[in-house]
Amino acid sequence: MKRLSYFLGIIVLMSACKSNSDKKLPIYGNRQAVTKTVDGKTITDTVYQTIGAFKTINQYGDSITNKSLDNNIYVADFFFSTCPSICPIMHRNMLKVYNEFKATNGIKIISYTIDPKHDSVAVLKKYADKLGITGNMWWLLQGKKEEIYALSKNYLVTKPEEDAKERFIHDGSFVLVDKQKRVRGAYNGTDAKQVDQLIADIKTLQAENVK
Amino acid sequence: MKIRIIGGLVALLFILIIASCDNEANIEFKRYYSSGALVYQTHCQNCHGAKGEGLSALIPPLTDTIYLKNNKAQLACHIKKGIKGKLVINGKTFDDAMPADDLSALEIAQVLTYMGNSFGNHLHTIDVQTVELNLSNCK
Repeated sequence: MKRLSYFLGIIVLMSACKSNSDKKLPIYGNRQAVTKTVDGKTITDTVYQTIGAFKTINQYGDSITNKSLDNNIYVADFFFSTCPSICPIMHRNMLKVYNEFKATNGIKIISYTIDPKHDSVAVLKKYADKLGITGNMWWLLQGKKEEIYALSKNYLVTKPEEDAKERFIHDGSFVLVDKQKRVRGAYNGTDAKQVDQLIADIKTLQAENVK
Repeated sequence: MKIRIIGGLVALLFILIIASCDNEANIEFKRYYSSGALVYQTHCQNCHGAKGEGLSALIPPLTDTIYLKNNKAQLACHIKKGIKGKLVINGKTFDDAMPADDLSALEIAQVLTYMGNSFGNHLHTIDVQTVELNLSNCK
């Protein structure tokens, strides 16, 4: 009997190890099989959908492009500073992500404004100050409206829409992007539980990159 | 013996009457409070938070019991007409606008009873008559 329980215990321990090391986040978006010739051998490789190029300015007036995020795991969302509906709750939740990783290198948050006409660099800086964010961990980005709206497709979220009453309708998603600029997760930014999952998934992604 | 029983019954009746009076006020409070919780969730919570905590320096919390107590008569107007300009809450200055929300007097009474008795506040029931009176004095 005693032996059996030891045995069971070992099995439980082993399965715990297994599930830990196997944990991997899915890769979202379209993928293509590409066949190429390397050193005379034909190999087939999978090419995943990635976030395309964009040109924006952050709250400090610095130019930020897709390249500025090279070698970073990052979380992206779409917002506007005068948003009366879901943005406050999104950014209350995003502050949790910010506070968790603000001292960690290689993790960033970017929030694209979908109202670039109102959300100038000065407005974004004021918003950042009031939100209580400093440094370069969380960038609030202003770009060309059409370009930002088109980017939503890259992030696999609903394209923002202008609306007479709500002014702008947009997706409340937080999108997790890996160092290869592939989408690895999407979370409802208004749901505290899903944001906790996002924090856990960022840690999983960090571990994956170490290997 | 008989007198004792009658006396006991009278005392019991007396207690019941008092208890039912207390209950009526209590029931009214509970009705306002629980409906108010729903109004709060749909109209206020996104910005002011589930615990009335606000959002950094952008959105003021609802935990400043002294402010709410001192401005009790203006709260209905704040909701109905929105707020512009500076507010000092818990010693911090806030200067963003709160949008107007065209709620009915009853909904305002419910939500004020809810927030007025949550987040550390104790303003008791703010009923619909009080709200109607306060709304007629909006600046």
